[in-house]
Amino acid sequence: MVAPASTSTIDLVAKFPDSVTADTRPGYTGFIVNKAKLVEVATAIRDEFGYDLLTAVTGVDYLAENKMEVVYHAFKTTGGAGLTFKVQVERIDPIEVPSLIDIWPGVDFQEREAWDLYGIKFTGHPDLRRILMWEGFEGHPLRKDWKEPFFEEEAKPFKSRWPDGKHTFAENKNPFRDNLNFPANFDPEKYEVTGEEDLYLSLEKDSLKDVDGNMKTEHIVVNMGPHHPSTHGVLRVAVQLDGETIIGLKPVMGYLHRNHDKIGERNTYLQNIPYTDRLDYFNSMSNNFGYVTTVEKLMKIPVAERAEYIRVIMAELSRIQNHLIFIGMLMNDLGTMYTPSLYAFEERELVLDIFEAVSGARMMCNYFRFGGVVRDIPDFAMQKIKDLVFDRLPAKTDEMERFLNENEILVARLKGIHVLNAEDAIKYSVTGPVLRAAGVPYDLRRADPYSIYDRFDFDVAVRQNGDMMDNYLIRFDEIRQSLRILEQAIKQIPQGPINSQKAAYQVRVPAGEAYGRIESPKGELGFYVVSNGKPNPYRYHVRPASFVNLTAVESMCRGTKIADFVALLAMLDIVMGELDR
Amino acid sequence: MYGKGILKGLSVTWKRFWDTYTEDISWMLRGKKRYNTVEGVAHRSSKDTKGIFTVQYPEEQLIVPEEFRYVPFLVFDEGADGKKEVRCTSCGICAKVCPPQCIWIVRTNDPATGRPVPVPTDFFVDMDICMNCGFCAEYCPFDAIKMDHDINIASYQRNIYNLEKLMKPASYYAGIRPENYTREEEARKAKEAAKAAKAEAGAAAAA
Repeated sequence: MVAPASTSTIDLVAKFPDSVTADTRPGYTGFIVNKAKLVEVATAIRDEFGYDLLTAVTGVDYLAENKMEVVYHAFKTTGGAGLTFKVQVERIDPIEVPSLIDIWPGVDFQEREAWDLYGIKFTGHPDLRRILMWEGFEGHPLRKDWKEPFFEEEAKPFKSRWPDGKHTFAENKNPFRDNLNFPANFDPEKYEVTGEEDLYLSLEKDSLKDVDGNMKTEHIVVNMGPHHPSTHGVLRVAVQLDGETIIGLKPVMGYLHRNHDKIGERNTYLQNIPYTDRLDYFNSMSNNFGYVTTVEKLMKIPVAERAEYIRVIMAELSRIQNHLIFIGMLMNDLGTMYTPSLYAFEERELVLDIFEAVSGARMMCNYFRFGGVVRDIPDFAMQKIKDLVFDRLPAKTDEMERFLNENEILVARLKGIHVLNAEDAIKYSVTGPVLRAAGVPYDLRRADPYSIYDRFDFDVAVRQNGDMMDNYLIRFDEIRQSLRILEQAIKQIPQGPINSQKAAYQVRVPAGEAYGRIESPKGELGFYVVSNGKPNPYRYHVRPASFVNLTAVESMCRGTKIADFVALLAMLDIVMGELDR
Repeated sequence: MYGKGILKGLSVTWKRFWDTYTEDISWMLRGKKRYNTVEGVAHRSSKDTKGIFTVQYPEEQLIVPEEFRYVPFLVFDEGADGKKEVRCTSCGICAKVCPPQCIWIVRTNDPATGRPVPVPTDFFVDMDICMNCGFCAEYCPFDAIKMDHDINIASYQRNIYNLEKLMKPASYYAGIRPENYTREEEARKAKEAAKAAKAEAGAAAAA
């Protein structure tokens, strides 16, 4: 295991005395980089200091200081703690920051998101369009001075609820349009849909030009989705085709966008926990885990020993059921309608029974609290966990492998298709099983251990080829490793309290910032939380694995057939609840 | 041989197919019913389930664990002459902790003094907004608001429940959550005993 290098040991200031200063605000870490030198410093961070994986890029609006900040979190794929660096700019439009897309191409979607939600212009970004909001949207919703329709108050709890809380419908209080912003000179009565030239133009830029010029072919654009059975929700992909071969592709997302970040900033810290359930709704336990570890980092509180084990047990059970569903759904997308996916669902139901017994809900668990968990595992549920882990799941995983692995059709559809090599995977900030299948043994449970993962003996699942087949097989490897962790956790779990804190409906979080990340079944799930000491987070940002993993999709499927693209979408294991937020 | 893998996979399907019938026959021989009985449903959601595992809703329903939660309700104790004594004191913690802010409470004021009285005049929960997170029940200091097991609340109207519609007797609560109920009752009795002992000690000291 690599010893985590703390941020302070990297002396960026000594290297760039004129353009870098340490961030000295209380509770903050990292460096503030001069905007003009950003590209130069970032290149040094990647090439000289070895931070090859830039996982999170996000904006923060410091309205009172009249500043807009862009925060970057860079990590090493060899493991260890990360490096945070920031750029601050005056909060006067146009807000411009140089794009880092040439250094880390994985920032593509995240920079577009920051532009969309904060209005930060990344100069040099080749395709800076809105990504989550629609094209005609007015304003940048995450700015602190932007207010949504049916806006009630800056922060919850709303004062109208108590002591004289008469119920009124929000829509009656704010009749439609009273609180809506339209662009200048926009008349909804006269509006005509003009098509999406921007989107198609961005495709045109990407398309390969016919070099030989022997035969004249016409490229066509096919819009897959948003209502396509294989897109796992409402994702639309504009694909440019040459015959059946993909030559360019742009995912269009945001159909399920609800501005999770803004909701999170209105909520109190505790109220955010059930909202995180709704991100990646297959793994609400993992989402809870990521969020509470981040806030615990800010609060600097310990976690009860027994609760740590319960958390690990829940997170690993969640991973097992997620991977089983992944395999089932991949088969569905390949055309094996329902038999494998229902076999997978059977095991998943048994895992969800456990979640229901401990938390009260099968999917929206809302089980973790700051300092521990809600309640102890009841005895019968513990017995169920033991039965599954020691008895049923290993046999069923073997059965699933026997059922599918050698199937000639499956092998033909998966082997050697959509190869992602290690270098590209890191470049595009891909994390999770997709990165490990490409031969990079980067698992946060090992690389930057959180919770109590450093106590367990397990191997980081890794495969070498990076094709679809390896991506499929690595899921089985991970299920086996999760079972290994579960066996140890069940044997070692101590008795004791399940929360280190007294139950309180409002928590005190000292001012500062924290970036917490966990290895969710889909990849790195990061939470960036900024507190200013008030009951609500000042900035709450989610770095979803699905969203960033999708950045690599275009380079992965150039030159392949459109029929295989459906399988690729399944293989990236995207969930729209998390992707669109 | 090409096709061997497919045949191997099909053998798994075949086994699963037969498992349903062998299970049925074995249950029949033991003189038990595999379908439409609590025992049958419990077996089909246990680790030993084999073959078909579908629960034929609505003829059969899954057995929910005690902690299962659906929309909240207010607990009342049955006082003398059947009076409904609602446990809620309208302290407002549930309304403050509620993530989607779907609880409205009207506090009662004494008409003579204008001071608040610890009984709600009215209590609204917008069930269309409620996300069933269970925070209100978790943080209620008086065990007054609890999560229900009844999932059949669909209607043609907007579901805004008032105090009348939210109230359910403590016996109902004891029925759906026996373990929680006993634990809370014991804690309350212990608290009252401690209070009485303290008052007694105080009285003794004063005398």
